[in-house]
Amino acid sequence: MADFLQQVVSGLASGAIFASLALALVLIYRATDVVNFAQGEMATFSTYIAWSLMNHGISYWPAFVLTLVLSFLGGAAIERTLIRPVEHRPEIAIVIVTIGLLIALNGLTGWIWGAEVKAFDSPFPNDTWEIGNVAISQQDVGTLVVTLLTVAALWAFFCFTTLGLVMRAVANDQAASRLVGVRVGWMLALGWGLAAVLGAIAGMMAAPVLFLDPTMMLVVLIYAFAAAVLGGIDSPIGAVVGGLTLGVIINLLGAYVDFVGSELRLPTALVVLLAVLLIRPQGLFGHAVVRRV
Amino acid sequence: MPLLELRDVRARYGPITALHGVSLTVDEGEVVALLGANGAGKTTTLRAVCGMVRTAGQISFGGRSITGRSPENVARLGVAHVPEGRGLFTELTVWENIRMGAVMRGGQKALRENTERILSYFPWMQQRRDQHAGTLSGGEQQMLALVRALVSNPKLLLLDEPSLGLAPTITRELFAIVKRLNEEEGLTVLVVEQNAAIALETAQRAYVLEVGKVAVAGDSDELKRHEGVRKSYLGY
Repeated sequence: MADFLQQVVSGLASGAIFASLALALVLIYRATDVVNFAQGEMATFSTYIAWSLMNHGISYWPAFVLTLVLSFLGGAAIERTLIRPVEHRPEIAIVIVTIGLLIALNGLTGWIWGAEVKAFDSPFPNDTWEIGNVAISQQDVGTLVVTLLTVAALWAFFCFTTLGLVMRAVANDQAASRLVGVRVGWMLALGWGLAAVLGAIAGMMAAPVLFLDPTMMLVVLIYAFAAAVLGGIDSPIGAVVGGLTLGVIINLLGAYVDFVGSELRLPTALVVLLAVLLIRPQGLFGHAVVRRV
Repeated sequence: MPLLELRDVRARYGPITALHGVSLTVDEGEVVALLGANGAGKTTTLRAVCGMVRTAGQISFGGRSITGRSPENVARLGVAHVPEGRGLFTELTVWENIRMGAVMRGGQKALRENTERILSYFPWMQQRRDQHAGTLSGGEQQMLALVRALVSNPKLLLLDEPSLGLAPTITRELFAIVKRLNEEEGLTVLVVEQNAAIALETAQRAYVLEVGKVAVAGDSDELKRHEGVRKSYLGY
């Protein structure tokens, strides 16, 4: 039982990382109807920036915040320069640009920082809390808390601020937004900026466990896809619940089902993805649109 | 000086010319109707005013040229457009839709000053503030679109085919409200409408478009007596 709970907590921690990245995917999907394949590489790039800052003697939390700011600006800049020219093209054009961006960022990361694996500091002690006879890793709890705080902040932004309302309106209907005077392009850039911030958090939380190398987030991105589809690709709550659920499922299967082990975790995620698409394509929280005319 | 003036405005969708040189004016405080058959260019004329189609010719609003401006810029000048299909944010609530009407034009101040007055024309809406706009009936949606357009206190309201898909009684109710808003608030309206009879009851003046050009223009009463208009659009 104690071991089971430990596995659940550890699954929630990795699930939190999937959830952040899945939420980034959902943000961009809702605004532009495309999946940003470069989301993982953007996260990796941000994490390298954090590594460089810390390598230059800045301590963890200031480097963390600075990385978020830089990631926001970078994400917004990518939208303005690379996505904007294909904004009104068919969706496939935007998808191809994001795939190009994935390859370009991956190459750029390797070119700047090299391909060798780097250790990345964790802000949380490498220690455990004993509750009863359950040992809970502080690293896991820290990751979970940071992610949940981010999600809560984002939720408050969308629900309680005027800017959040405008962004939801743009995600709902771009033409109608223009007619009430909204500069839609800047709202999309803002969305990309926020998605980049979420990715940066996911990257910085993942790096102490996975170690930093240019392909670090590639696998995480696939888990994030599965999480987003599980929760419903247009549902922010779904992304979070989907991420946490997937994290726990994969961890438990890896620990208790012998033939899954650690090798078959990724295929398990793909099986989940496939099953959701076949049985409930809108996901757990995604909605089939209800509309009266 | 008219509030809105179109001079020889032409527009095309790819190879198809939709407007062959439309000229019209709307004065402050007027309700002007734009009549005509399907495909005559009524909707395109409204879309030209708010920059949703590329145009040639001259469009001026409040004395300054707005030809070629983007929809968001035209909106910020005080032109509120209720497009065909209403253009509501279906996933947002009634109240959030209303807020969006003022968010870029007047903000909180406009909301505070105008909401109550505008909502007094639509008393049912108060109790439904938290309902999702997509779940309202067609007539309710059209009224919400009108409220959203009006909370910013626009100088000009462009209303595109408000009767589309609505029951005749709802259409009459809607036009009656537009008429009251014009009389009580001094609202200036350019309305596109298929239902010529009801449009001519509401508007003081009207233009009849035929294949992208103004065919007939005049006071509503004149047009009601005009032989061609009567036969083609009023059906008697």
